[in-house]
Amino acid sequence: MFDSFFFSYQSLIFAVGINGLLALSMYTVLAVGQLSVGQAAFMGLGAYVSTLLTLDAHWPFVAVLLAAMVVPALAALLIGGPTLKLTGVYLALATIALGEILRIFCNASDLTGGALGLSGIPNKTSFGLIFGLLALALLGFVMVARSKLGRAMEAMREDEVAAGVMGVNLPAMKLGALVVSAMLAGLAGALNAHANSFIGPNDYGFDQAVTILSFALLGGIGSPFGPVLGAIILTVLPELLTALHDFKLVVNGLIIVIAVLFMPRGLLVWRIGRVG
Amino acid sequence: MSAVAPTLLDVQDLTVRFRGLVAVDHVSFTVEPGTVHGLIGPNGAGKTTCFNLISGLIPPTSGHVSLAGTALDGLPSWKRTRAGLSRTFQNIRMFQEMTVRENVMTGMQSRLQASVPEILGRLGRFRPEEQAAKVRADELLEFVGLAASADRRAGDLPYGDQRRLEIARALGSEPKLLLLDEPAAGMNPAETQDLVGLLNRLKQGGLTLLLVEHDMHFVMSLCDRITVLNFGRKIAEGSPREIREDPAVIEAYLGAKVAEKLKGGTA
Repeated sequence: MFDSFFFSYQSLIFAVGINGLLALSMYTVLAVGQLSVGQAAFMGLGAYVSTLLTLDAHWPFVAVLLAAMVVPALAALLIGGPTLKLTGVYLALATIALGEILRIFCNASDLTGGALGLSGIPNKTSFGLIFGLLALALLGFVMVARSKLGRAMEAMREDEVAAGVMGVNLPAMKLGALVVSAMLAGLAGALNAHANSFIGPNDYGFDQAVTILSFALLGGIGSPFGPVLGAIILTVLPELLTALHDFKLVVNGLIIVIAVLFMPRGLLVWRIGRVG
Repeated sequence: MSAVAPTLLDVQDLTVRFRGLVAVDHVSFTVEPGTVHGLIGPNGAGKTTCFNLISGLIPPTSGHVSLAGTALDGLPSWKRTRAGLSRTFQNIRMFQEMTVRENVMTGMQSRLQASVPEILGRLGRFRPEEQAAKVRADELLEFVGLAASADRRAGDLPYGDQRRLEIARALGSEPKLLLLDEPAAGMNPAETQDLVGLLNRLKQGGLTLLLVEHDMHFVMSLCDRITVLNFGRKIAEGSPREIREDPAVIEAYLGAKVAEKLKGGTA
């Protein structure tokens, strides 16, 4: 009984876990008050790097996953310097532009298969792997939240000037958050590629960036559990609404709008403690 | 340059221009260790701007600031805090969503040493350090009289309590010098009296204070030395008694006409 259920909904269940990781990636930057929306681009980078390493270099999957985190992390270090001085919508715009650059590159390059993307990616993921990694990431976030780092993060989100006066190393915290965010997105991208057998350049554009942002906004960023809850709802909801056919997206959008209007702090308003 | 008690804060020729306006104009003064030093002046004299320059929130056009012989020029605020400077804000900047205790522990940011692996694995320095920070935070809350509110949301505290919490938070970094920007603003007379007692206890503990304040009675009763600013310039410096009788100060506060009348009256 469970087996047949699992088989029918396997791709949906995998998507829930992968989107959970993407939601945590978004949470990492929002938690330090940075509206950086480069998560889709980092996801794309992880997806392409992992796919090429699997298809062309035949690396073992563990090494592939590590590379899918390291390469986006290096990219984050590279772009971190110039973009960390930006705040608010300017940072958002700059990171959207970075995503577009990656998309255009993948569309044009032969290495990435151009607009057709890459296909025939072997399925190497499993329920245990995806949700094990999600659980591990959540545990890490809880440990960080309940420490001086968690206090520094919340202080930065509330009042960056006051956080600086408290001695919070602002540049290191921002760069650290961006790098961790890139690693999680890259990991999610690699898992996604190896769960779906196909990737294309348009999977990681502005639409995807907004979807990832909406996970965190719907769930709320009072704790790392909020964004994951948001990811679960926004992944499962469209499936529950399939009976509505063409109205599916309308109702889906409406639910998000209503949630954001009436619950500006997200669905999960519980705030995680900051003392270890 | 006395060999006995080296100057704690040395402000030299500090100047900042905002477009056409010279908000702080070649201001120099020193704060000696163990003293309470007042920075006073009429509205718009440049007191808060001076604080923002000293704590590294805005860059000066020219001039130098050093703390205990270490130059702070060009350092961001968080490095100045690590060098021993701490401050409060005129318009209280609490981390409102955090609890009272978490606020004070955030003030200890620069003193906690645990590395990321230690934090993730609850290893090594993490547990003892976090425990000690908690104990210290509760001591500081006891000291400012907020022990009973440790687990409350900081934003829910009454105004006067938030001012005292801001002081406890600033003390978390164990500063050498504490800058207080209008600590008595908005307090009723009883709260102000409590605050005077609190600041006196800090002074007795050896902490050096530099404060901006409008309440003259407060300033005169607490400060060992006072620097007076007007239109960004230093116009006087001395003991509270000297400042009270300084004609330039009376003129700055009351206007030339009243100062003239006062002079006429006493002559």
